[in-house]
Amino acid sequence: MATPLDPHAAIVAEASGLPPAAPLTTADGQPLARALNRSRRKARRQALLLVLPLLAFVVITFILPIGQMLHRSVYNPGFADNMPRISAWFAENPRGTDPDEAAWAALAADLTEAAEARTIGIVGTRMNYDVPGTRSLFTSTGRQVRGGLEPPYREALLEIDGKWASPELWAAMRTGATAYTANFYLASMDLTRDNDGNITEAPKERQVYGMLFMRTFWLSALITGMTFLLGFPVAHLLATLPTRKSNLLMILVLLPFWTSLLVRTTAWIVLLQQQGVVNDIMVWLGIIGDGQRLQMIYNQTGTIIAMTHILLPFMILPLYSVMRTINPSYVRAARSLGATSWTAFRRIYFPQTLPGLGAGALLVFILAVGYYITPALVGGSSGQLISNMIAMHMTETLNWSMAAALAALLLAGVLILYWVYDRLVGIDNLKLG
Amino acid sequence: MTASAGKDGFVLFDHVQKSYDGQTLVVKDLNLSIAQGEFLTMLGPSGSGKTTCLMMLAGFETATHGQILLDGRNINDVPPHKRGIGMVFQNYALFPHMTVGENLSFPLEVRGLGKAEREARIMRALDMVQMARFRDRRPAQLSGGQQQRIALARALVFDPKLVLMDEPLGALDKQLREHMQYEIKALHERLGVTVVYVTHDQGEALTMSDRIAVFNDGRIQQLATPSQLYEQPENSFVAGFIGENNALAGTIERLDGQTALVRLANGELIDAAPVNIREVGQQTLVSIRPERIEFKPENMPPDVHTVEAEVIEVIYMGDIFRARMKVAGSDDFVMKFRNTMGQTRLSPGQKIRVGWHPQDARALDPV
Repeated sequence: MATPLDPHAAIVAEASGLPPAAPLTTADGQPLARALNRSRRKARRQALLLVLPLLAFVVITFILPIGQMLHRSVYNPGFADNMPRISAWFAENPRGTDPDEAAWAALAADLTEAAEARTIGIVGTRMNYDVPGTRSLFTSTGRQVRGGLEPPYREALLEIDGKWASPELWAAMRTGATAYTANFYLASMDLTRDNDGNITEAPKERQVYGMLFMRTFWLSALITGMTFLLGFPVAHLLATLPTRKSNLLMILVLLPFWTSLLVRTTAWIVLLQQQGVVNDIMVWLGIIGDGQRLQMIYNQTGTIIAMTHILLPFMILPLYSVMRTINPSYVRAARSLGATSWTAFRRIYFPQTLPGLGAGALLVFILAVGYYITPALVGGSSGQLISNMIAMHMTETLNWSMAAALAALLLAGVLILYWVYDRLVGIDNLKLG
Repeated sequence: MTASAGKDGFVLFDHVQKSYDGQTLVVKDLNLSIAQGEFLTMLGPSGSGKTTCLMMLAGFETATHGQILLDGRNINDVPPHKRGIGMVFQNYALFPHMTVGENLSFPLEVRGLGKAEREARIMRALDMVQMARFRDRRPAQLSGGQQQRIALARALVFDPKLVLMDEPLGALDKQLREHMQYEIKALHERLGVTVVYVTHDQGEALTMSDRIAVFNDGRIQQLATPSQLYEQPENSFVAGFIGENNALAGTIERLDGQTALVRLANGELIDAAPVNIREVGQQTLVSIRPERIEFKPENMPPDVHTVEAEVIEVIYMGDIFRARMKVAGSDDFVMKFRNTMGQTRLSPGQKIRVGWHPQDARALDPV
């Protein structure tokens, strides 16, 4: 190798040498690999036992719920389970068939039965997802069919409410007749099915999710950028100051971490609202007039400021842990080799912080994409993110399938980003601390 | 100084002082002139100020007082990247995210050299340290000795007039370290570049240097060639720091020109050469190298005083024997004698008389 003068070169050559051709055996003739496996088996079993509680915990509290949630995004039996006869009719007759008397009879029978079993509300809710305003149609019809209907059923139902003839409703019922559906995903992407079952764009006034996804990713990227700009110098200071001072600074960085998220967000409200501290100071200093108080909260600005602050430690800590390991002699060496301090930073120091920067950016971005409380409190209407929409579907409209579909899309987006990051930077270059 | 040494005062420290905290001086009034082409080593224990001096020369620390001149120019206010000084760091400081070639290319790029010129210089520098085939490796894929060579090549690739080395061999094992010492020395002689070398390893300093500045307590204790330093230390610190040394405490009994008579604590008399001794009755530490001590009367000069010694242990070291003895009340008096054919074997408990040539015993001021 290197030079015959270098005794280390020989050792390096030996270590990188080719493996011997014949498989090795132990002294009594067993294959070495098998003997090695056996000797390690006990340690491996003990290790497994140690992680078993955590594994069970993760499976029960994380993997199962997420799986169930994902399942819910494509599975909603609200209609199919409670309206078996009309569902059967849809299965027998292809799309485009006009509902005949048999269909109307099946519908009437199902409605009567559902009304008696008090499941008509569930059916109506399910239909309401696809055709807004239909829940009341089902519940009011349900109240009137309790006593039973007389044939001809078409006329009988139309007499109760003319909306029963709507082709849109029948198309929605056909979709609902199969418990498995991709409609929630379509809706999440601002798409819908027309009455013939073709995928089309949703009406303009109902296209909200695409814009919200864009806003969520854009704001998350912006917040990631802001945490980088603000956090990089702080991390550098932390890594280079003498221990006593850097410990103090570290406490200042961590202090927000130890404070409740709610308290921190409320503090920002106090600071940023129109009658708040920042506006008061600016008015007092004469920067702005009393009538021109800035709207800094309950909009996107508020979301950006509060989230940047809250997520800052997630950028600073990985950066700090990487910067601390960068020997100052690298920059000194670069300077002695003729680099200005800016060149030394750009070409020598900064590239070495990339693993920390990558980890910090990924952490902040992923956390920001799923952030809920802060935008809900300070976001107003223009600062709402996709997670607020998911929460709304979970708690207000009770359309869990929709919430699940939105969440699944969000998860897919994050996974794609993770994959891209892995391809570009390499996940093994990540340093979390 | 070798024949290659050119004009004196290429690097000049002029009354340089350095303090970090405003309370204590790390470097106290340093005056040092280094000739062009010289290999000068700053040697001293840790905390003696030698690395601070190097860092001031490189521009990473500023002198609190005094001037540093490089080639006649005051460089106190010149930033490091404009000094044009090559530097080899203790941990090599090879940029881990760059290949060997890119590491060497860096100083040339920041100087705005063209690609062809860069390639030629990189190849020349790599050939110089016999590492041309490692140009596309990352530093982490190299052994310590190989990294050391690359660091050396990188410090030399832009043809600096002055190269600073901050304990560059500290991280290598003994065998490799000795080998690299010769290589660095050979490179220095071939290129004629001025080298300022910092180490706390006296063996390294003795092997490589034209001159050695021994630092202690922020001052240069002695600035001399390796042989002068070893054979004629000017004070007790240098005598104790360089090589193995026996120190006998006593008082000057008689002083006449080139010789002094010293009375030891137990009343015995020995001969010595006075170095920084001024008067009779003064306290002194007499320094004698272990290999200059004789125990056979026929090897001693006539009429020399001898002292009684009781052998405590004899260690066989291959080429020599090392005997520890009790002399004048202290039991760490060491004598080394060659393992020649028919050499007298000493055994523990044996009582002998030892003596030396008066020139080999240097009466120094007590520390």
